[in-house]
Formats: sequence, structure tokens, C-alpha cells
Amino acid sequence: MKSLSVSKAVTALMLAGLVLLPLYSQLSGNIFILTLFTRIIILALAAASLNLIMGFGGMMSFGHAAYLGIGGYAVGMLAQEGIGSGFIQFPVALAASAIYALVIGALSLRTRGVYFIMITLAFAQMAYYVASGLARYGGDDGLTIYNRSDFSGLINLGNRVQFYYLCLACLFGVIFLIWRIVNSRFGLVVQGLRSNEQRMQAIGFPAKRYQLVCFVISGTMCGLAGALLANNTDFVSPAVMYWTRSGDLMVMVILGGMGTLFGPVMGAVVFLLLEELLSQITEYWALIMGPLLLLIVLFGRGGIMGVLGRAGRG
Amino acid sequence: MAEPLLRVEKLVRRFGGIIATDNVSLDVASGELHAIIGPNGAGKTTLISQLTGHLAPHSGSVSLAGRDITDLPAYRRCALGLARSFQITSLLLDFTAADNVALAAQAHAGTSFRFFANARKEKGLRDAAHAALDRVGLLHRADVVVSRLSHGERRELELAVALASKPKLLLLDEPMAGLGVTESQRMVKLLQELRKEVSIVLVEHDMPAVFALADRITVLVYGRVIASGDPAAIRANEDVKRAYLGDQHVVTHHG
Amino acid sequence: MLLVVEQFLNGLQFGLLLFLLAAGLTLVFGIMDLVNLAHGSLYMMGAYFAATFAAWTGSFVLGALMALGATLVLGIVLEVTALRHLYGRDHLDHVLATFGLILFFNEAVRLIWGPAGLALPLPAWLTVPVPILPGIHYPAYRLAIIVVALLVALLLYLGVMRTRIGMLIRAGASNREMIGALGINIKLLYTLVFGLGAALAGLAGLMQAPILTVQIGMGENILILAFVIIVIGGIGSIRGAFLAAIFVGMIDTLGRAFLPNLLRQVLSGAAASTAAPALSSMLIYLLMAIVLVVRPEGLFPANRR
Repeated sequence: MKSLSVSKAVTALMLAGLVLLPLYSQLSGNIFILTLFTRIIILALAAASLNLIMGFGGMMSFGHAAYLGIGGYAVGMLAQEGIGSGFIQFPVALAASAIYALVIGALSLRTRGVYFIMITLAFAQMAYYVASGLARYGGDDGLTIYNRSDFSGLINLGNRVQFYYLCLACLFGVIFLIWRIVNSRFGLVVQGLRSNEQRMQAIGFPAKRYQLVCFVISGTMCGLAGALLANNTDFVSPAVMYWTRSGDLMVMVILGGMGTLFGPVMGAVVFLLLEELLSQITEYWALIMGPLLLLIVLFGRGGIMGVLGRAGRG
Repeated sequence: MAEPLLRVEKLVRRFGGIIATDNVSLDVASGELHAIIGPNGAGKTTLISQLTGHLAPHSGSVSLAGRDITDLPAYRRCALGLARSFQITSLLLDFTAADNVALAAQAHAGTSFRFFANARKEKGLRDAAHAALDRVGLLHRADVVVSRLSHGERRELELAVALASKPKLLLLDEPMAGLGVTESQRMVKLLQELRKEVSIVLVEHDMPAVFALADRITVLVYGRVIASGDPAAIRANEDVKRAYLGDQHVVTHHG
Repeated sequence: MLLVVEQFLNGLQFGLLLFLLAAGLTLVFGIMDLVNLAHGSLYMMGAYFAATFAAWTGSFVLGALMALGATLVLGIVLEVTALRHLYGRDHLDHVLATFGLILFFNEAVRLIWGPAGLALPLPAWLTVPVPILPGIHYPAYRLAIIVVALLVALLLYLGVMRTRIGMLIRAGASNREMIGALGINIKLLYTLVFGLGAALAGLAGLMQAPILTVQIGMGENILILAFVIIVIGGIGSIRGAFLAAIFVGMIDTLGRAFLPNLLRQVLSGAAASTAAPALSSMLIYLLMAIVLVVRPEGLFPANRR
């Protein structure tokens, strides 16, 4: 029981910190930290959505950044065409992500294991190239979004603090949903499939159907992150779905602790802060980050949540 | 006589040049415990896998309660009342015993596309799980994660999982494999009880157990049925004796 | 006609390069069960080494040979220091660890050679056009790539199918315990296989270098193409990798060359020129999707036991 309390305490501390951050930013006049953490929260949302299929569902997707792009381009393209309402942009972003996930999932789930990793990676790369080919929407250079999504007075995305809390609310909402899903009938089936697919078939579950639905839910959630990210940067470009970004998301999930509810949030916070910190020390921060990843894989089983659990056990 | 519960007709399955299942036909009547025996490599597991739908036959048919199920996938057969246990224990290792059984109950209790309500708090599912665990004498271990159960307990849990799907027909692939003497005795006792409720196809090496339990026995050698009948007839059958002659120890004792 | 032949040869040449990359990847996966994302980094290193050594020695051929040796050594060092510890672990661990290696290599290259790309100039004798058919000339260097890659493919085939070490490799792919039981030094075998894979990637990189610029990240996009090839060809199969690589190289090259014109016949000019670049870069992925629908295990899967 004690092990639980250590990771719980750290998680609670982190969440409290996230909630109170705008206050600190206001008092200290440090605006940069608010911008940084808005980004962290959005990517934490993306990582949490990846964790649903990877950690709970056992589906190792290496193409999750595609949804960041699809969600972002939905916002950007609609804005470009003069449709600025968030009530249209966001649903379109989610629907487009869901449809992409449905098609890619149906194809990728015909295989498993390493194949699945390679195929999701390849299709995300395809999405990247397609976006690069969209001459009307900036092609390689990307697309500037001149007006953030308009929620007609309900909430002003142009206001830093309001936008921060919107992102935080989305993150909490998604984690709440994941928590419910994981413990639901559906969630148990998906986790059972991760554990032993043949057994689940023998008990009477058609495996692919459940995995596909889970894949679509996860993609849709990540599409939301994409729509938020585009609003945060006022810009969307193919680079947002470059495959290294998918890798970053995977790293966040592993780093924080796969298959735990708040692990991906922890992972996103640590990963992005580390990146920020290292890049302030040296221009060549990836020189340190790369081997660090290798070491985490070799020695840090279970991620931060796992380490906290072990620390608690003494 | 009424329609048999399970009817297998002229089933053929080849692996490359080898015929693993050679024109196998057999019937299992409702309420019967039908044992399938044979020396190692006789194709017993191959046959079971075709019955459960994990392996497609090259020709022949399988029907359950009059319905042709030859082309149905495993999960559909299960829904129709066919449950199996695996030769090598195959459970969800990171789930508790109760969760393992509850999932089997869930597969047969309405849709599993429910995303919000906590499934572990569904009374119907939990009760069914506990009842099945109780049935095999594992209730006191309900909340233990499977990876911490002993081999014998896992065997019993396999049975509970199969029972929880309320099957018409239970396919048991060597439920005694790897069990100690006392555990084996418990298993035989348990099967004695279960056969009162459900029809069973039993593939087993443990001959004393088979002859103690079975109503009828089918003997498989090199993928072919060489004899089928009640235990006394099989014991007296010359072909069976001959088939087992070079492999005498299998008949008397399997260790 | 001239254009068709030329593009056809370009496709063949690109496909053969892809094969060199995919062969190493699939060998390492088939034998050590290791997913190596950093394979593309070895391709990049081959190109950088070649550019550097060629500049030092003033000879393209000498530089290329030295670069080949250097990538072989680099591969062996990498296997011994890092990747060896990943054998037998989760594929996810492989993916993440080798992802870390990519970051490292990219950054190391930026530190050593700077962010700007390098050029690897060809010697004069390789730049002349060679007549291949009456009235049709083709650049000597691209022709040389085709010849070298075909030779390597042949050697690889003979090596794996006919020699003792090849037999061990095939045995290793199908039965790890068996070679252990034969008393063969499995550690050494693995190191050698990884080195071979690295050298193949390096060879692909250094041969491609004079055609494209040598730059950071050049190995990543082509690595994903190699994945597509492995998915299409069937995992662990050298023959499948070869056929799929040629296929992908052709489709990609011919698609980019002719699809815009084809589209223009169907669509209006503006729509065609908008859709063409996006569509032609999608072609091979569409091909992969079709293969997945029709034969999820790949077109030429390695023989299963």
C-alpha cells in the first residue's frame, strides 16, 4: 500500500502544480513558462491517448503524430477557407482523425508485433508527404493560422490563461475517459487481448473489432491534441507529423510508465522539461538525450511510475 | 436416437505431406463424456483445434446441435456453446482469477461495447465468476493474480473459465497434464461432478482417468480412428492393443 | 521512349539501393530478432564517411572503400557496446533504444560536420554518359550502381545459400538453440551479421551520396521505405526483400515521373498539378495497403517451419 502512496503523492503534487501554474506565471511575470506548459499539456494529452492503445491495448503504434497533424490541419485548412468557428473546426478535427484511424487501424491490425510498428510508421509518413504536397495549404512550409478557433464568447483562445485552462480541462477530461474505459467491459476485453489474444478468441471475443474501436478512440483523442496544438502555435506544418514526433510521444509514454493513468503526463512533463533544459545548456542537446533514452530502456523498466513504486517499496 | 450434440464427419487436415487428421468421423451425444485417446503424435490436438475453430480442416464438416459450424471462427463457436481448455495452460497471466472467469461470463452476457460503467462492479458478472470459481474449488483464490497461482490451480481455473461461458460442450485438452497425484485425483473428482451438467470431449493421456470417466472412447492412431466404443469394448479391442503394443507404457501409465 | 528507358533504369537503380538497405535490416531482424531503427543512421554515416575520405585521399574509389570499412567497424562497435544488450528484449525496447541512437547520430554528425550538407563529387570517368541502346545514353555512375548492387545481391544470395556461414545464418534464423548446441560462437556470429548489415547500409549510403546531397536525416526517410519493402516482401526473407525493393523502386520512380502527365489527361490542369505530388508520394504506401489487404504476411514470406 505504501508503494501506491508514493506515486500517488507525486502525481497529486504534479497535478496541483499544473493547476496552479498560471497563478505563478501571473505573480512572477514569467509568461514563457505558461507557453511552455501549454505545449507540455497538449503533448501530454497526445501521449495519454497513445498510452490507451500502447499501454492498455498492447498496440505499439509508431504513427501517432499523424493525428496531431490531421487535427491541426483540420483547424488550419478551415481557418484558411474562412471558417473560423471552433464549433465546426474541432468536430471536423476529431472526425477526420477518427476516419483516418479507422482506415489505418483496419489495415494495420491485419498484422501484429513489429509489422504493426512498421506499418503505422509508414502510414504516418504517408500523411506527412501528403501534407507536404498540399500546395494550397503551404506545402512544406506549413500554414499560418491568423485567427484562433472562435468559440463565440464562450471561451477566448487568444487569452493565454483561458487557453491554458482549456487545454488542462481537455487533458483531465481525456484521462477521466480513459480511466472509465479501462475499467469498463470494453476496457477489460482490450486489456485481455493485450495479455493473451488466443485465449480471448477462445472465450468468445472477436479480437480485431475491439482493438480497432480502441485504436479509433485513441486516434480521435490525439486529434483533439492536434487541434489544440495548432491553436497554440498559430501554425501547422508537415513537421508536426514527422516520424520523430511519433517517437517522442512513445518515449513520453514509456518514460512516464506504460499502462498507468498519469504516467504519460509525467513522461511528457519530464521529457519536455529535460529537452528545454538541455537545449539551454548546449545546442547539441540530442547528443545527451539519445544515449539517455538508451539507458532508460536498458535500466528504467516501468518508467517513472515504476521507479516511484519501487522507491515506495524501499 | 436424437441428433448428436457434436457430429464430426470425414474431417481431413494435412500439414505438407503429412495427414494429421485422416477422415475422422465421430459423434458425441448430449450428456456424454467422450474421451479421445491415442499415442503421441496421433493428431489429438490437431483434431481439437479444428473442433474449436483455431485450425481450418481441408475437408469434412463439424456440426454442433445440428448446425454446421465448419466455417465459423472460434469466437462464434464459443457463442454457440463450445468451450475449450488448452493443453498448455493459457490464461490472462496479469489478471486475477476472478477477472479471468468474469471475462468469460462477460463474453456471453450481452455486448462488451460498454465504455463507461465499471465492469468489475457488475454484480451479475462477479456472481457468475464466483460461482464458477466455487464450482472448481478456487473461490478462496479469486483475487489472486494468475501468475501467482500454482500449476494445479491454473488447471482448475481453466475449467472455471470454460464453465463460465455456460457451454453445451466442453473440450478439454489434457486437463491432467503436469498434475501431481493428489491434484490429478481432485481433477478426476471434479470432472465426475461436471459431467452431470455438461457434455465433455476429453483428450487425455492418463489412462486410468480416462477409463474411469468416459462413457465412450475413440482411439486415434496416425490421424485415423481405429476404434470407438465403450471402455470395455476398447479394452478388448485387438487393433487398439496392437497400436499400443510398442507403446505399452502409455496405456498403463503416463508419466 | 528515351525517357521511359531512362526512368526505368532509374527505378531499377533506386530499387537496388533500397534492397541493400532492406537486406541488412531484414537479416538483422530475421537472425537476431532485433528491430534497428538506427539502420538508417548507418546509411547516413556511410555517405558522410565517403565524402570525408574521398576529400582526404582525393580518390572517389579509395574513399568509398575506406567508408565501407568504416561503417563495418562502426556497426561492430555499435553492436558490441549497445545493441547486444537488447537481444531477447521487447521489440518496443528496440524501437526506443535505437530511436535514441538516431538522435545521437544526427547530433554527432551536426557536431562534427556541421549542419550544412556535404557534396561528394564524382571523378570525371564516372560522369560520362554511356550508350546502352542505339541512341540512348545513360550516366555511367548510375549504371555502376546497378552493376555493383546486383553483384552484392548475388554475393549475398550465394553467401547465404551456399556457404557454411550462410548455413549458420539460416539455421540461426529458424532455430536459435540449435546453433548454440552446435557449439558455435553465437555472439561472434551475431556481431558479424550486424557488421554485414551495417556495411550494406553504408554501401547504399555512399553510393547514393553523389546523386543526392549528404545531409543529416538522409537515412530516415529511406529507412521507412525499407520498412515498407519488408512489409511487402515478407519479414526475414532476402528474396522477398529483393523483389519488393525493385518493385517499390520502380513504382516510386515511375510514379513520380509519369503520374502528373497521366493525371493531366483525366483531371483539369490545375487539379492535376495539385494532386500529383501528393498522390505520387502516396503510391508505395497504397501499394503496401493493398498487400496488407490481400496478403498480410507479405508477398514472399520466409519459409516457416
